[in-house]
Amino acid sequence: MALITPLLLQLVQMALVLAIAPLLAGLVRVLKARLQRRAGPPLLQFYRDLAKLIIKDAIVATGTSWIYRAAPYVIFAASWVSASLVPSFGTNLLFSWSGDLIVIVALLGTARFCQMLAALDLGTAFGGLGASREAMFASLAEPAMLMIVFTVALIAGSSQLSVIATFMHSGAAGLRLSLGLGLVALVIVALAETGRFPVDNPATHLELTMVHEAMVLDYTGRHLALLDLAHALKLTLYMSLIACIFVPFGMAGPGAAPASLALGLLAYLGKLVLGAVLLAIFETAIAKMRVFRVPNFIGAALMLGLLGTLLLFVSATL
Amino acid sequence: MLGAGSKAGLVPLHVWLPRAHPAAPSHVSALMSGVMTKVAIYAFIRIVFALVGPAAWWWGLVVLVLGGITAVLGVLYALMEDDIKTILAYSTIENIGLIFVGLGLALAFKADGMMLAAALALTAALFHAFNHMLFKSTLFFGAGAIQHATGTRDLAQLGGLIHRMKISAVPMLIAAMAIAALPPLNGFASEWLLLQAILLSPALPQFGLKLAVPAIGALVALAAAFAAACFVRLFGIAYLGKPRSQAAEAAPETDAASRSAMIGLAALCVIAGLLPGLVIDLFAPVSDNLLGVRVPTQSGLPWLTIMPVTASRSSYDPLLIALFVTISACLAFLSLRRFGSRIIRSTPAWGCGYQEFGPQAQTRLSQYTPSGFAQPIRRVFAASVFRAHDLVTIPPPGDAAPARFTSSWTDPAWATLYTPLISALDWTADRMNRLQFLTIRRYLAFVFAALVVLLVWVALWR
Repeated sequence: MALITPLLLQLVQMALVLAIAPLLAGLVRVLKARLQRRAGPPLLQFYRDLAKLIIKDAIVATGTSWIYRAAPYVIFAASWVSASLVPSFGTNLLFSWSGDLIVIVALLGTARFCQMLAALDLGTAFGGLGASREAMFASLAEPAMLMIVFTVALIAGSSQLSVIATFMHSGAAGLRLSLGLGLVALVIVALAETGRFPVDNPATHLELTMVHEAMVLDYTGRHLALLDLAHALKLTLYMSLIACIFVPFGMAGPGAAPASLALGLLAYLGKLVLGAVLLAIFETAIAKMRVFRVPNFIGAALMLGLLGTLLLFVSATL
Repeated sequence: MLGAGSKAGLVPLHVWLPRAHPAAPSHVSALMSGVMTKVAIYAFIRIVFALVGPAAWWWGLVVLVLGGITAVLGVLYALMEDDIKTILAYSTIENIGLIFVGLGLALAFKADGMMLAAALALTAALFHAFNHMLFKSTLFFGAGAIQHATGTRDLAQLGGLIHRMKISAVPMLIAAMAIAALPPLNGFASEWLLLQAILLSPALPQFGLKLAVPAIGALVALAAAFAAACFVRLFGIAYLGKPRSQAAEAAPETDAASRSAMIGLAALCVIAGLLPGLVIDLFAPVSDNLLGVRVPTQSGLPWLTIMPVTASRSSYDPLLIALFVTISACLAFLSLRRFGSRIIRSTPAWGCGYQEFGPQAQTRLSQYTPSGFAQPIRRVFAASVFRAHDLVTIPPPGDAAPARFTSSWTDPAWATLYTPLISALDWTADRMNRLQFLTIRRYLAFVFAALVVLLVWVALWR
C-alpha cells in the first residue's frame, strides 16, 4: 500500500500530461485568435491534427540515416518523461527521486541534441539554419536555467522538485527579491525553450524567422505527430514547473486524501488555464525579435538568475 | 600550479596543446589527450592535497577561477575550429577546466574543514577525469578512422559518413553525447556531481568564495551548453547530411580492430553513465587517503540511485531514467504501429527549389558549412574575446565575380602574453648574439668580470 499510491499517482501524472498537452497548446491558439479578433481553430483541433497525422503515411527525405527516423521517438520519450517528473497536482510521485531539477533540464537537453542532429541529417539549408540558431539560444538558456535552479535550490535546500514544492507551499520561503528575479528569468527561459514569441514564432514558415519549425520542416505523418506532441509537452512542462515552484498552492502532499488530490487536480488545471491566458495576452502584445537580439533577451535571464543567486547572500527575508 | 597547469593545458598556458595533440597519429593523440593530461592532474592532486600541508582558502579560489575560464574558452576555441582533431584537443582543454573547477572546490572546502563536501568535489573531479579518458579516446579513434578513410580532417570536406561508416558512427555518437553532458551517459553523471558540490558552497565562510562559486557554476553550465553545440556540429557535419567532397562520398568503413576498440570504450561510457554509483565507490580510497573522509557508499542504494549528500537534497537515477525513456519510446513506437500507418515513403528534402540544379548542386550549395553552423555563437560570444569577425565582400552590381567571405579570429593568449614574450626573447637573443663574435681577450675579461661579480654577490649575501 505504501508503494501503490505513489505508483498510481505517477501513472496518473504520466497519462495526465500526455492527455492535456494538446489541449493546452490548443487553448493558447484559440485565446490568441480571439484576442486578434479571428475565429481561430476549434479547441480540439490539435487532437484532430494528431489523429490525421498518425494515419497518414510518413514521408522521409532521401539520403537521411536512421537517426532521422529514430529522433522523433527519442525526443518524444525524453519530453514525456521529463514532463512526468515535474509534480503537478500532488508531490507524492513514486519516481520523483529518480531525477532532480538539473536532471529534468538535462533530459530536455538530450531531446534538443537529437533534434539538432535530425535537422543536420537532412542536409538542407533549413535544417542547418534551425540547428545553428537553436544551438545559440540553448547556449544561453541552459546556464540561465541552471542559475534559476541554484536560486531555488539554495532557498529550499534541495534541488529535488517535490521537496522544493513542499517547502514553497509551507510558506517558509517568505517573499524574497531573489524569487522574483528567478520567476522573471524562468519565464524568459520558458518562452525561449518552448519556441514562443518573441524568440520564435510557432505559426510561421518564413525563412528569416524560423527556428524550431526549420528543424521539423521535412517531417511528416506519425513522426511529425510525435514532434508536435513533444513540443506541446514541453509547453506543459514549463507551465507546470513555474506553477510547481512559484505557486504550489493547492498541491496535495504525501499521504493526502482523495478529496485533496481532486482539489490539487482542479488547482493545477486552473493554473494551466491562467498560464495559457497570460501567454496568449503576452504573445499578442509583443512582436517577434530579430534573431541577433534574442541573445540579449535570454542573456537578461542569465543575469537575473545570477543576480538572484548572489542576492541570496546579501539580502534578508522580507 | 604553473607546471601542472601548463602540462594539463590550463588557459593561458594551453597554447601548445591544440598544436601538439593533433600532430601525433590518432591513437597517440588519444593517449595524449585521454591519459597524459591526467598525469598533470595526478601531480597537482599529490602536491596540493598531500605534500604542501594545510591550504589557504584563496588557493581554491585561484584554481576555481582558472578552471572556469579554461572550460568556457576551451570549448569556444573548439567551436571555431574546422579541423576535427584540433576541435578534440580544444575540447580536452575544456574538460581539464571542469576537472580543475572540481579540484578548486575541493581545496576551498578542505581549507574550511568541510571534509565531506571536499570529498564530493574531489570525487566529481576524479570521476570527470575518468569519463574524459573514456569518451575522448573514443572520439580520437573516430577522428583517426575518418582521416584514414577520407584523407582529410577538415570538417568542411566531410559529410554523410554515417552511410559509409555505419558501425563506427555509433560509438562516435555515444561518445559525442557523453562529452556533451547528456543524461543518461557518463559525462552528465560527473557534471551532475560537480553541480551538487557547487550547490554546497553557500556554507563556506568566506564571502568571496560564496559569491564566486555560483558564478563559476554559470560558467560550467555555459561550457556544457557550448560542448553540446560543439559536438552536434562535429557529429552532425561529419557523419550526417550529404557528402561535401569526393573523398567523403567514397569513404570505406574502418577495420575491425579499430571498430571494436571504439565500441568497447563507448560501451564503458554507457556503463559508467548508467551505474555511476559503482564508479564513485572506486574513488572512495582516494578521498579517504587525502581528506580522511569519503562520499557515502553509493552502490548499495535501491535502484542503483546516487544521492551524494542526503536523500532529501538530491538524487539521480540514470538507470531508471534510461529505462523510462526506453519504455516510453517503445510504447510510442508500438502504439503507432498498431493504430497508425506503417508505411514510409521517401522523396527529396525541400531545398527551396534548388533541387532543379541536380543533387550535386544541392549538396554543395545549400548545406550548412561548419563555420556557418558556428556563426551565431561566434558572432554573439567570440566577437569580444577572440576579436572574431566575419567579412563579406560583394562585388559591385554588374560584376560577375563571386562574393567572398572571410572569417578571422585571434587567440588572446597569443596576442597579449606570448607574442610580447617571444619578441622580448628575440630582442634579448639579438643583443646576446653580439657576444658571440668577441676576441679572446674580451672573453677572458668577461669571465673575469663574471667571477668578480659572483664573488662580490656571495660576499654580500653571506
